[in-house]
Amino acid sequence: MLLEKDPWNLVITGVGGQGNVLASQILGQMLVDKGYLVTIGETYGASQRGGSVMSHLRVSTRDQFSPLIPEGQADLVIGLEPTEVLRVLAPYGNPGTMALVNLRPIHPIDVIAGDSRYPQLQDVLEKLKKLSSRVWILNATAIALEMGDPLYSNIVMLGALSALDLLPVDQEAFRSVAQRLMSAHRMEENLAAFQKGKLAVREYEEN
Amino acid sequence: MSLIKTDAPGRKLLLMGNEAIARGAIEAGVQVCAAYPGNPSSEIIGSLSQVADELNIYVEWSVNEKVALEVAAAASLAGLRGLAAMKQNGLNVASDFLLNLNLTGTKGGLVVVVCDDPSALSSSNEEDSRAFARLADLPLLEPSGFQEAKEMTRWAFELSEELGVPCLIRSVTRVSHARGNVELGELPREKRLARFDTSKPILPVPVVWTHKLLHEKLQKCKKRFETSGFNLYRGPEKPQLLILTSGAGWMYALEAVSNLGLEDRVGIVKLGTTWPLPEGFLKEQLAKSQKVLFVEEVDPFLEANVKAFAAQVQQEIGPKLFLGKGSGTLPDTGELTPDHLIKLLKEELQVSYEPRPASYIQEALEAASQSAPARTLGFCAGCPHRATYWAVKKALALDGRDGFVLGDIGCYSLGMGPAGFFQMKTLHAMGSGAGLANGFGQLGRFGLDQPVLAVCGDSTFYHAAIPALVNARYNGADFLMLILDNSATAMTGFQPHPGTGKTAMGETVNPIDIEGLCKALGAEVHTVDPFELDRTLEILSGLLQEKKGVRVLVLRQECALVRGKRQGRLFKVWVDQDRCLGLGCGCNRLCTRVFRCPGLVWDASSGKARVDEAICTGCGVCASICPASAILKEAS
Repeated sequence: MLLEKDPWNLVITGVGGQGNVLASQILGQMLVDKGYLVTIGETYGASQRGGSVMSHLRVSTRDQFSPLIPEGQADLVIGLEPTEVLRVLAPYGNPGTMALVNLRPIHPIDVIAGDSRYPQLQDVLEKLKKLSSRVWILNATAIALEMGDPLYSNIVMLGALSALDLLPVDQEAFRSVAQRLMSAHRMEENLAAFQKGKLAVREYEEN
Repeated sequence: MSLIKTDAPGRKLLLMGNEAIARGAIEAGVQVCAAYPGNPSSEIIGSLSQVADELNIYVEWSVNEKVALEVAAAASLAGLRGLAAMKQNGLNVASDFLLNLNLTGTKGGLVVVVCDDPSALSSSNEEDSRAFARLADLPLLEPSGFQEAKEMTRWAFELSEELGVPCLIRSVTRVSHARGNVELGELPREKRLARFDTSKPILPVPVVWTHKLLHEKLQKCKKRFETSGFNLYRGPEKPQLLILTSGAGWMYALEAVSNLGLEDRVGIVKLGTTWPLPEGFLKEQLAKSQKVLFVEEVDPFLEANVKAFAAQVQQEIGPKLFLGKGSGTLPDTGELTPDHLIKLLKEELQVSYEPRPASYIQEALEAASQSAPARTLGFCAGCPHRATYWAVKKALALDGRDGFVLGDIGCYSLGMGPAGFFQMKTLHAMGSGAGLANGFGQLGRFGLDQPVLAVCGDSTFYHAAIPALVNARYNGADFLMLILDNSATAMTGFQPHPGTGKTAMGETVNPIDIEGLCKALGAEVHTVDPFELDRTLEILSGLLQEKKGVRVLVLRQECALVRGKRQGRLFKVWVDQDRCLGLGCGCNRLCTRVFRCPGLVWDASSGKARVDEAICTGCGVCASICPASAILKEAS
């Protein structure tokens, strides 16, 4: 499948521990299986201790692009945490950038300690809408918690992505990669999380 | 799950650069692999250790990088193929051996992979290891991508074997810790038998002779590099500007040229073999343009070497204008990005490029600064280091003589900032806290009357602190050594070390007892659980009062991430909302503002503290710090 733009640039962002790296790896392998050249650049190291994390995914049919997206060239930002999307749009967004956002905030230690304030969620969402051409919002954490573990949030978000018809990824591609990359004992739950994400974003689009 | 053992030649996988290097070694038939963990290199041995049994490879987490290189070199001397991997700082540790091994030569292919960390994303420095290739007269390869990382590693074994010297591969974070497509090759089917030929001792003497032999090998290497497919040119026949690059610079240069549509005006020379220089190839390339731009991380390594070569052949290639770090065109610190090159080429070649309107940039920057609060790094909820630094801070304050902590590399390095209450006052190499304390501990004779403390982790203790302790005990240095034993190499991903009782291959072995080792040296040794805050404070205060010699305090409590998985919470912890006096207390939010555990939340609406049960790991330490005794705990 030809891409609308080549390379197609995606940023997955969140906070250390949210499963950012795994989500990008699964998505990347799904696309490699479909024949694309994929490069992923990840922030690591100190960012695991409560810091911001982001993965750059470059998808192409023509070249193995660099692991860093140039300024202003993100096509889609997937945010596992809402304020992190704003942080990513500052260097990488443009008026055509789209955003798929998990609504649930994670408070930084500075906020927890009472040294700074977390913004009103409404204010964050308004800014996101102004800075993006399209925004999809869902509470992936709530869906994951209903399933018994907030760690499913990243898979819920991948399921949501699959419903947007931006990239050729579907449940079958996910199942195939999940069998190779994830442990077998939670396979059914992961497939269910993917499915729930798909439904949640469709529901959002209908409202 | 590790994919690097997949036996399916031709299949394309999405591999991390480090996994591609590991796969390249497997395809080359490597039999012995060793490393000490350090980002961005840890996944090389990490992924190999997962497939070691199945592929019948010996894989080891060694005590430090020098031993790792020695382990891999032994395989080579017995005719097998060996691999040692390390981060840039690790090559410093291994270099003493390396600079003798180059002279003695090797037998089976020996590859040393060093992963540099431009911008020090997870390091204490950003040194450019390529200097070691010149220093040691050894061949140097630099992968520019993922497939190449695999192919280069495989070839490095052949080259090493052909020349009889170790081959260096220098990767960087943006190759090692990035992922890309890699097409798999064949897996080897045969193992070599190890045999040491006792008739030919492996010696660097006579040195001048072996040194001369080494230079001859390097000349032979140069010839091999002239025709290497890892060096290539992409661009027009007569470019206005010629970019000369290696490593991640290749990807950034391609990106910039294609973004600006400069394919007809700019040519790019990619060098994969960067020492010794492939001079014939280079001469041909340099003749293409008068203007040459060097794109490399971090030091001007190619720049300096190519300039020197160009001066030598000036009459043949004509005068050149060289741009790079020397001319101030590109920064000589920090990592490069595609944006560095886009900006530079845009100005240099006068093209227009606006990826987004200026008004958008301003709005997006404002939105981020107003509504994306900073995320300062901190210790995890229930981290024993927080408790340790709390006790140290209190003990030093009570002592009142302005004592100080000399630091080291690990999670506990965060002790330099708010997470560790700014207690750690120096940060250098592995084991350097203990080493510096040996010196500070002798300065009493020149008037130093402050208590001296050094800190190291359990893995660091084995890696580099033991010689410092031997020295301290023997020469009578006066300091207090704190060993923060959290039973894990937590910073780099929980690799086993000699205290954990596990090996890289998953075998259970007898752990090496830290206290026993220190006692054998003749040091006074105490052990405490830092979660018992009062007891820790008492012992620390006592040890600070003692006068002479090295005293050791082992602060033992498992890493919260490991403990959480294994046994869950120690205590149920909550804040009694009646007892908490909030802002009226006078403690000035000690529990949240200063203690800074992610599990303790300052609730602005009620004006009191509360425990976030989703985050609290139940260490119970905060119950000891509240002056109003409002934080309560109960064994769970």
